[in-house]
Amino acid sequence: MSGAAQRIVIIGAGQAGGQAAYSLRLGGFAGEITLVGDEAAPPYQRPPLSKAYLKGELEAERLFLKPLAYYDEHRIALVTGDAVTAIDLDGHEVTLASGGKLGWDRLVIATGARPRKLALPGADLQGVSELRTLADVDVIKRAAVAGARLAVVGAGYIGLEAAAVGAQLGMKVTVLEAMPQVLSRVAGPEIGAFYTRIHREAGTDVRLGVRIEGFEGVGSVSGVRLAGGEIVPADFVLVGVGVLPNMELALEAGLVCGNGIVVDEAMRTSHPDVFAAGDVAWRPLVHYGREGRLESVHNAIEGGKLAAAAIMGMPPPQIEAPWFWSDQFDLKLQTAGLWTGADQTVVRGDPGTRAFAVFYLKEGRIIAVDAVNSPPEFVVGKKLVAAKAKVAPAELVDKSISMKDIGARASS
Amino acid sequence: MPKITYVDSSGTERTVEGKNGMTVMETAIKHNVPGIDADCGGACACATCHVYVDPAFAEKVGKPSAMEQSMLDFAENVRETSRLSCQIKIRDDLDGLKVTTPESQH
Repeated sequence: MSGAAQRIVIIGAGQAGGQAAYSLRLGGFAGEITLVGDEAAPPYQRPPLSKAYLKGELEAERLFLKPLAYYDEHRIALVTGDAVTAIDLDGHEVTLASGGKLGWDRLVIATGARPRKLALPGADLQGVSELRTLADVDVIKRAAVAGARLAVVGAGYIGLEAAAVGAQLGMKVTVLEAMPQVLSRVAGPEIGAFYTRIHREAGTDVRLGVRIEGFEGVGSVSGVRLAGGEIVPADFVLVGVGVLPNMELALEAGLVCGNGIVVDEAMRTSHPDVFAAGDVAWRPLVHYGREGRLESVHNAIEGGKLAAAAIMGMPPPQIEAPWFWSDQFDLKLQTAGLWTGADQTVVRGDPGTRAFAVFYLKEGRIIAVDAVNSPPEFVVGKKLVAAKAKVAPAELVDKSISMKDIGARASS
Repeated sequence: MPKITYVDSSGTERTVEGKNGMTVMETAIKHNVPGIDADCGGACACATCHVYVDPAFAEKVGKPSAMEQSMLDFAENVRETSRLSCQIKIRDDLDGLKVTTPESQH
């Protein structure tokens, strides 16, 4: 490491980059902080983009993580609408698209991820869009009117949340998913089956196991062509088929990358003065004994805090079990942990009541929980996941035993 | 404009002007009031915007929803006056509301 940090540059002004800056100031760092983002807006919350903001319930300003005045008051140089085009590790400099260079003693890369695009004919037609940024949603909102036909490609959280908003706005919604269940990457079949039913009950045509061949239309999209030739008519197509980490700058600079920028528990990359946080970071998943990339608010906030703590030489905050939420219709799904690798699932409560939870176990230990309209199952479940607790499935299914009691027994 | 007073765990008071329809959490963020993390941004999903409502306003502020109550049931240092500030919308009759933030939100 080279000397004490006086100048910090943060690439990426999203939730992780913003948090790194806020935590540095909160921790008493007195040097220079420059936060560079390629979007026009200051750091903002992305989750409402596919929920309340899409629905028109919030103005953009209410998404901002901090008011604009905060950055001046805390001497954080916020550079928006500009991008870093190169990182010089030896020279401790970054180059900006606008031409200038910025020197740094410590660098935080929080460049996030970008939606994966479908390399299919017609993918660049007008009316085919991803959903990642405020600018994306401002376009989508103009198309989101009652009676219009919305096709959602990909039944992940973003796709399903947008589908729910579309249905609530009176759009005719079709969801097209390649896998045999919705949410297949992030949740088990019980949750998948539940959300398929919920969307169908709301009038949405959920089509599973379909392959898409391209988009139809002249200039702007008019439909989605499926394998076999069927065309699903659409006035607007939302593509939500996952994201790719924005790690090209790091790769070109020579930092070690896998499916993301490789970092240690403190979010330090292969260069001792460089950190990465948020969607772009490939980090140790300490509760699981493996590494991975997480795409969530929790991960962004935690990564920003960890990087800031490491830069200041302060003790790191406690690493939480991964957590996440999704709002669809009147349902709040709260997730703790990662279900991958589960060898047993236990359903607590009746999905028919729209309030239930699915616990995922591996070798008898709870590794994740999906809780629908069930905060106790989420909150206690999160603690059980962090403790890698063993709980008998017979107790988990028994609603006469409260989550408080289950939690107390497991930890004693 | 209704005024809201935030008291931190050391007793320092900050009074700011709120706006009807915005939440007590958002108002804190907008005015750089420390002590409220609001990790989930107001989705009632994380319980990091926990406050204690001045008992004089308890009735006006009202009771938490079932969802909020069950998030609160498992938060740290919960008292009878605990609320999640992302679920309290500012109205004219909440002018003068005083809330205290806990020592830690985590």
